[in-house]
Amino acid sequence: MGEMKAEEVLETGVGEGFVTTRLVPLLSWAQKYSLFMYPFVTACCGMEFMSVSSPRYDFSRFGSEAPRFSPRQADLLWVVGTITQRQAPVLKRIYEQMADPKWVLAFGTCASCGGFYDNYACVAGLDKIIPADVYVPGCPPRPEGVLDALMLLQDKIQRGDNTPGVVKPRRDPATDQSMGLIEIRRSKKTV
Amino acid sequence: MSQVLVELVKKHFPEAVLETHAQHGDDTAVIEPGAWKAVHRFLFEAPEARMSMLVDLTAVDFPDRDPRFEVVSHLMSLEKGHRLRLKARVGDPDGDDAEVDSLADIWASANWMERECWDMLGVTFRGHPDLRRILLYPEFVGHPLRKDYPADKIQPLIEYRDVENIDKLAPFGVDEGMSFGRQTHAGVVDPDADEDAQVN
Repeated sequence: MGEMKAEEVLETGVGEGFVTTRLVPLLSWAQKYSLFMYPFVTACCGMEFMSVSSPRYDFSRFGSEAPRFSPRQADLLWVVGTITQRQAPVLKRIYEQMADPKWVLAFGTCASCGGFYDNYACVAGLDKIIPADVYVPGCPPRPEGVLDALMLLQDKIQRGDNTPGVVKPRRDPATDQSMGLIEIRRSKKTV
Repeated sequence: MSQVLVELVKKHFPEAVLETHAQHGDDTAVIEPGAWKAVHRFLFEAPEARMSMLVDLTAVDFPDRDPRFEVVSHLMSLEKGHRLRLKARVGDPDGDDAEVDSLADIWASANWMERECWDMLGVTFRGHPDLRRILLYPEFVGHPLRKDYPADKIQPLIEYRDVENIDKLAPFGVDEGMSFGRQTHAGVVDPDADEDAQVN
């Protein structure tokens, strides 16, 4: 729990004047609270993205406030919306222009896996082109889902975990009886 | 209402009008593809018609018909408030020889609509000033809205990443990353399972 103590000391500004930690966790701690974002907004999810970035949901609380419209200054690539085959080279180029360390967030179903755009025009998920770190399902995702994604990404950065993760719903419809999914499936069976 | 217009076209182009019909108050005249431009220019210029606006121009693919394509234009008069739909049947069953004259020098808006129509369906517009793809990229082969274009055929501009299982990358595995997704493996809620066993 050495990192935790360092965090407390740094955040409150009290203590004995110095902390000990390892370099990598310290860097990760700094990185996860300064995710300069590059919004690659292509479709209707952009509305939800604006909602999350505006004061009501306000993801600047997570240190992810500053948009940088140059990929060279950005850490986190938000891919918000459908990626068409025509746009794919652009997206790849932007990703390649970003300096390491860099992360990619797939915002919404289209960016994650193409959604219902299973056709000649669209890429079935940005991970065909560039690696993604966090997927947010939803069409569009709810703001709390996006905030969960941001916290999941911060957690991954702190742990040095490079495997992709998907945001789970806060309540699981498969096991939460009050959400009615099980009843729906049952009623289908009885018909 | 625009029956008058149909009669007008019939009067001036008795040979060119193949059939007419009206549905939901909109009149349609199917005309010879050879007279496509002449009829449109007449409707644009004639004082009784004054079709100042080309609302839409597109085509429809009927793979079982010969001629295969139906080029459709929707005209409207802002001055008189009436509308008319014109159709021309072109193209052989293989999709070749689908050609009509361009309307781009009558209505400037026809320029992009004809480019889109060519891009999506491969109908050629003779005399178009710049007939190239407008929505898709120049490298694309074929015309995707033709019914014989394979529904799952993609033509990526850049190569996909060189990783295993690119079609279903983690976390989109068998359960699509969600416990309530399309379940194909054991240990999840199964709608066909015994109801008593399902509750717990």
